[in-house]
Amino acid sequence: MCLAVPARIIELVGDRAVADAMGNKWNIRTTLIPDAKLNDIVLVHAGFAITILDEEEARKTWDLFDEIKGFMDTDDKISG
Amino acid sequence: MDQACETLGRQINIMEVCGTHTVSIFRNGIRPTLPRSLKLLSGPGCPVCVTDQGYIDIMLEIADRDDCIIATYGDMIRVPGKDGSLEKRAKSNVKLVLSSEDAIKLAEENPDKTVVFVAVGFETTTPATAVAIKDAAEKNLDNFCILSGHKLVIPAMDALLSEKNHKIDAFLCPGHVSVIIGTDAYKPIVETYKRPCVVAGFEPMQVIEGIAEICRQLTNDAPEVISMYPAAVTATGNTTAWQIINTFFQPYDGYWRGLGKIPGGTLRLKEEYAKFDAMKRFGFNEIPAEDLTGCRCGEVLCGLIDPADCGMFETKCTPDSPVGPCMVSSEGACSAWYKYGRRRKRRT
Ligand code: SF4
Repeated sequence: MCLAVPARIIELVGDRAVADAMGNKWNIRTTLIPDAKLNDIVLVHAGFAITILDEEEARKTWDLFDEIKGFMDTDDKISG
Repeated sequence: MDQACETLGRQINIMEVCGTHTVSIFRNGIRPTLPRSLKLLSGPGCPVCVTDQGYIDIMLEIADRDDCIIATYGDMIRVPGKDGSLEKRAKSNVKLVLSSEDAIKLAEENPDKTVVFVAVGFETTTPATAVAIKDAAEKNLDNFCILSGHKLVIPAMDALLSEKNHKIDAFLCPGHVSVIIGTDAYKPIVETYKRPCVVAGFEPMQVIEGIAEICRQLTNDAPEVISMYPAAVTATGNTTAWQIINTFFQPYDGYWRGLGKIPGGTLRLKEEYAKFDAMKRFGFNEIPAEDLTGCRCGEVLCGLIDPADCGMFETKCTPDSPVGPCMVSSEGACSAWYKYGRRRKRRT
């Protein structure tokens, strides 16, 4: 349940953003990382960005998700 | 790792305090690759699992009220209480949400009902609830409240180590919780109990590197806090998130499944925000409740037994028909053992 997923901020107005993770788009909030900018990659947990991540680290996680087919089916999409 | 086992000449017990690690360890088949005398214990790292039965029963009682809507993350709906689960009730007033913000929206859309947000989770999840309270207060949203079961990881680790008979040599610390709390948060644990605290991400290599680092520290008798996940975890964590948690919440001695009352281990809303506290709004008192008959989740969460030691594992208790929360949650130890570790059972 504490799992967070990296996603890129593709729209940002105030603390509301649209983030893209491997083509999935979510409405998220950046309230907890006030310095987040457009194009930053952030870790998203339960609808909130919790930290900024570098491209390399994000890539590792995305690759892993790609590898584990059905990951999102067996684990809870919402929060973990 | 082999060297550490040899040098110490005894079994090494490493506890992971993160459901995500538990799943990663099983899914990636890490256990069988470890030396025989190195044992991984799944600790109280799954927020659904550590939520006391008393909380579950109160949640179900609220769900039975016609004037309320329950807004919950998906993890909680299958947890059984003494009288069914949210899912079994199949009532239209139980709504799944993806974030606390969805719960606020539900309250706005249903002014004639009180929306009760099932607020569980560790430090990673709590800031989202705090922001919801902030929004509700700003919007004067009177029909929104939360049932807070938010937990703090450090007091639980402290409680485990202060037990005389504990067998924990080191902690593999949760990556995403640490994004919020920072590595400095573990320093008191290392200083007081001289146990390595190593933060790792959930990718298989990170988990293995974390275990190797723990072995190195144990061999050298040099426990310290180290982050093997520096890309996301800093020494001080996310201070904005902490500030917002501290604005709305305060720690108190709440009940955890299996661990009992932990000093400062649970968060509740501060007095100023009491009107958003479902316990106060509906006049509930926190009463600890026994695990359901025969379920040994409590012992599993403390690392005292493996899931396979529970008489109901695989027989009466399966992911399709779970008896306890450790089998319900995809991150629960019983569920991970069932899905990935059944062959292990026969070997042990
Ligand atoms: S196997 Fe089922 S009944 Fe036994 S401890 Fe795990 S969840 Fe509880």
